[in-house]
Amino acid sequence: MNKKKIQDLKYSTVQFERALLAIDRTTAERIISEFKNDPDRMQIISELVTNALENIGNAWEEGKVALSQVYMSGIICEELIDKLFSSFGNKQINNPVIAIAVFEDFHVLGKRIIYSTLRAGGFNIIDLGNGLSAETLVKEVKEKSIKILLLSVLMLPSALRIKQLNKLLTGIDVKVIVGGAPFRFDDRLWIEVGADATGKDPSETLKIVTKLVGEIK
Amino acid sequence: MSSMERVITTLSHKEPDRVPLFLFVTMHGAKELGISIEEYFSNADNVVEGQLRMQKKYNNDCIYAFFYAALEIEAFGGTVNFLEDGPPNAGLPFIRNFDEIPNLQPPKVKDSKPLHKVLTAIQKLKEYVKEEVPIIGVVMSPFSIPIMQLGFDKYYDLMFFHEDLFDRLMKVNEEFCVDWANAQLEAGATAICYYDPVSSPTIIPRNKYLSTGFKTAKRTIARIKGPTATHFASGNSLQIIDDVSQTGTAIVSASTFEDIVLIKKACRDKLTVLGNLNGIEMRRWTSEIANQNVRNLIMNAAPGGGFILSDNHGEIPFQVPEEVLLTISEAVHIHGRYPIEL
Repeated sequence: MNKKKIQDLKYSTVQFERALLAIDRTTAERIISEFKNDPDRMQIISELVTNALENIGNAWEEGKVALSQVYMSGIICEELIDKLFSSFGNKQINNPVIAIAVFEDFHVLGKRIIYSTLRAGGFNIIDLGNGLSAETLVKEVKEKSIKILLLSVLMLPSALRIKQLNKLLTGIDVKVIVGGAPFRFDDRLWIEVGADATGKDPSETLKIVTKLVGEIK
Repeated sequence: MSSMERVITTLSHKEPDRVPLFLFVTMHGAKELGISIEEYFSNADNVVEGQLRMQKKYNNDCIYAFFYAALEIEAFGGTVNFLEDGPPNAGLPFIRNFDEIPNLQPPKVKDSKPLHKVLTAIQKLKEYVKEEVPIIGVVMSPFSIPIMQLGFDKYYDLMFFHEDLFDRLMKVNEEFCVDWANAQLEAGATAICYYDPVSSPTIIPRNKYLSTGFKTAKRTIARIKGPTATHFASGNSLQIIDDVSQTGTAIVSASTFEDIVLIKKACRDKLTVLGNLNGIEMRRWTSEIANQNVRNLIMNAAPGGGFILSDNHGEIPFQVPEEVLLTISEAVHIHGRYPIEL
C-alpha cells in the first residue's frame, strides 16, 4: 500500500469505528464500500475491520466503551464482510478447523461476540453450540479434526471443569483457548485449567487465533 | 456498636467503631449444614439456620436473605437448573419470541411458592436478629432481569431496536419488582439490594443508561418502601455515580477493576460505597494475601465512613474456602477499627 492509501485507511478506520460504536450500519457500510473497487480491496477491508474491532476491544478492556458496543460492532462487521466478500466472489481464509462452544452453561453472548469477530476477521468457524459437556466436546474434536477449540464460560464452576476437559484431550492435537468472566477476574485461571491461551477481549482472541493459525499452517 | 448501628453510622457518612463487613455468603450455608445446594434452598428453615451460623462464624454485619437470582424466573414460570458447586442457573429463556411480551403479566408475589420461601426465611431471621443486624433482601432490577427472561443477545436487540416492546417489558417487570421488594420489607428486611448489572457502563454506554436503566431505577426505587443499595454485580460504576445518586439509592457497588479511591471521592456525602474484593481470585488467596487486600482496601476507602467492605459481585463463590473468609473477617476486625491507621 502506498503512503496515501495508508493515510486514507487510517482516516476511514476512525470513521468506521465511530459508526460501529453508534450502531450505525448504513454509515459503516458506506465507509467500507468506498474500497470495493480498489485492487487491494480484500487486504484493505480486512485491515480496516480488524483494526476497528481491535480498537473497540481494547477500549472495552480499558472501561471506555460498553459490552453492547463490542457485541453490536462484531455483528455489523460480520454481516458486512459476508455481504461484501461474497459479492467479490472471494472465499474466506482456508484455515485449520476452528470451533467455538459455550462449555457447560448457556450464556451465549461471549461466544457470539468472539464468533462474529473471528468471522469478520476472515476466519471460518464451526459453532458447536451451548451447554456442551466435556465428553461431547472430545467427540466433536475427534470427529471434526478440530485444531483450535475456543471455549466460552460465564460461571466459575464451568471454568474450573475445563481442567477435566483438557485431561480428556491429552494426546489430541488441538489448542484450547478459553475466555469469559472468570478468566478476566482471575488472570491465572487459564493456566490452572491447562488451557493454551486466553483472550481477555475479542481483539486479543483474534490476535491469538491469527498467530496459532500461522503456526499450524 | 451493634451491626445495625455500625451500618447506619457509615450510611450517614460518619465513622462508626469499625468498618462494617458484608460477607455475601449464600451457598456456603449448604456447606454449613452438610447438604446439597438444591436441598439447602428447598426450605426456608435451612437458609435461616445457614445464615445465622454464618453471621456468627464470620462476625458478619448483615444477614443476606438472597437465595439465588433465578428464583424470580421461577416466579415468572421459568425453570431453574441446580448445580452441585455453583449458583442455580435460570433455564432456557422463557420468552422465546418478542410477540409474547405484550401478553406477559407480572407474577403475583402472594401466589408464588418460591418467593414465599424467601419471605418465610426473612420473617424467621427477623425474629432472631431483631434490630441488631440488618437483613438484606434482594431484587433483580426490572432493567436487568430480561437477561434471564430473554437471553443477553435478544435483550440487546429488544433494548436497541424495539422500543415499544422494551417499554412494555419494563412496565411488567417494574410492577413485579416493586411488589417483590415491598413484600420482603414487610416480612422484615431492613433494606433491598437492587441488582442492576445491565445499567453498568461495562454493559451499556452511559447515554443508553440515561434513557433506559436510569429512568427505570428512578421510577422503581421511588416505589420501594425502604432503603436500597444499587449493585452492578462486578460491573463498573464510576462513570455513572452522579446519575446513580439521583435514583434515590443509598449505596453503590464498586468493581474490583475500578480505583476505589476515585469511587469514594465521587460518592462523597452522596452514596455509601460497597466493595470491592475480587471474589473470583479469593478462591486461591493465602492468609497473607487476604489480609493485605483487606488492609489496602480499608486504607483507601474507609476513612470518613460511607464505606462497607464486601466482595465486588454480591455473592461469594462456593469454591472460596472457609479459611479465607475467616481471614477476611479477622482482617476487617483488626485493620478496620476507626480511626483508621494510615
